[in-house]
Amino acid sequence: MSFLEMVDTYWLYFLVGRYPEGPLGGLALTVLLAVSGLVLALPAGLLLGLGRVSPWPWLRWPVTALVFVVRGTPLLMVVFWAYFFLPSVTGHKTDQFSTMLIALAIFDGAYLAEIVRAGIQALPKGQFEAARSLGLSYLGAMRLVILPQALRHMLPSLVNQLVSSIKETSLGYIIGLSEVSFIATQINTLVFTLPLQIYCVLGLTYFVLCFGLSRLAFVLERRLAAPAQGAAQKASS
Amino acid sequence: MIEFKNVNKWFGAYQALVDVNEHVARGEVVVVCGPSGSGKSTLIRTLNRLEPIQQGEIHLEGHNIHRAGLDVNQFRSGIGFVFQQFNLFPHLTALQNCTLAPVHLGRLKPAEAREQALALLERVGLRHKADAYPGQLSGGQQQRVAIARALAMKPPVMLFDEPTSALDPEMVGEVLQVMRDLARDGMTMLVVTHEMGFAREVADRVLFMDAGQVLERATPEAFFSQPQHPRARQFVADIRGFGTVPAAPAVAAA
Repeated sequence: MSFLEMVDTYWLYFLVGRYPEGPLGGLALTVLLAVSGLVLALPAGLLLGLGRVSPWPWLRWPVTALVFVVRGTPLLMVVFWAYFFLPSVTGHKTDQFSTMLIALAIFDGAYLAEIVRAGIQALPKGQFEAARSLGLSYLGAMRLVILPQALRHMLPSLVNQLVSSIKETSLGYIIGLSEVSFIATQINTLVFTLPLQIYCVLGLTYFVLCFGLSRLAFVLERRLAAPAQGAAQKASS
Repeated sequence: MIEFKNVNKWFGAYQALVDVNEHVARGEVVVVCGPSGSGKSTLIRTLNRLEPIQQGEIHLEGHNIHRAGLDVNQFRSGIGFVFQQFNLFPHLTALQNCTLAPVHLGRLKPAEAREQALALLERVGLRHKADAYPGQLSGGQQQRVAIARALAMKPPVMLFDEPTSALDPEMVGEVLQVMRDLARDGMTMLVVTHEMGFAREVADRVLFMDAGQVLERATPEAFFSQPQHPRARQFVADIRGFGTVPAAPAVAAA
């Protein structure tokens, strides 16, 4: 089988798995998992990050412990933990997609939390003091003064983490989730003679996803930075 | 209006304020000076609870402001605070800096807040910079916007923590002018500053602090010409000697 024949035979399988006869898989599932992962991990990271810098110990300590535990374990272990442990707690079997999604949300949430914490703590203390001295509450100061600035500074690190979470979806392979790496392996098993080509296509696919996100973030970064562009041209009084 | 009663404060083992007893009347302008590390900034920061105190009481209009259960946000909104580093919000324009708190705290509708902010910017001479971001303003302009921002909450008391210390010398004058106007309008002000000219002209009283204690309280005239305490004498001699004070050239010429 030539490369073109392989592409001709398996392209749809690569893109959507057995869908619509069977469950959704392939690249579509990878993208769906990555996007849902981001949608869950971003707010989780924001909340955990706020918990990490919280002035209230009853909130700060459990969140800190969670972040340290998750950070100190490989994602693979978090996946296994979600796959084997979660059903024994909830009583019913979690499907592979939800398992992976939960693992990603917890894992990336913990990493994003540290980025959020760093972004908040990197701001001069005076910003918070100025907001509080105007009468804003703790949360008001966070929302209106601290986070708008901190998120802007955090953007490059956030994107870094999000790019890495796209790649992390490939670990779904381990628990038999038919995402794009799993499908590529299946195709390789069926075709048998073109491993180099198949895995190059797989690698290129991940690269395009990640590069696309990086570019998108770059454009966003430029747009967000716009208000401060005039910083150089100091007006005279 | 403001009363410190036996106020003591520690940072760990270090005592930052030692038995401070002071009274500030409504409309009074009090300049606090002293060497760096003497506790003068700490003193005014305790007045809006940016710093807690461990002993004593501070009263504002008869209310103990360090008691537990006080609505800190409500209370703070009634005290204007101007920082050495301006601390304008860099992601907001000059105008938005002045409307943020009144609108968010529900004091004014956005349109009213905007109008008030423009009037305040006019008052500090920066109405034409309403749409500029802090990064586009000079230090002196930023500090004037910071004063306008504090005034937007209509506080009966304004606190200034070395408002001109981070400014280039040529910008000190414009900020002091705004403060002078405020004092003239009857604002109660506590100002930590070494600007002798400003103190002489505007202050009703000068407090001299060292090592957390108020060592001397006097009229500006008396304080700068005949300081009583040895530490105060040393201090006045030092600031004259290394004068960054606007009055210095005039004195030298005479």
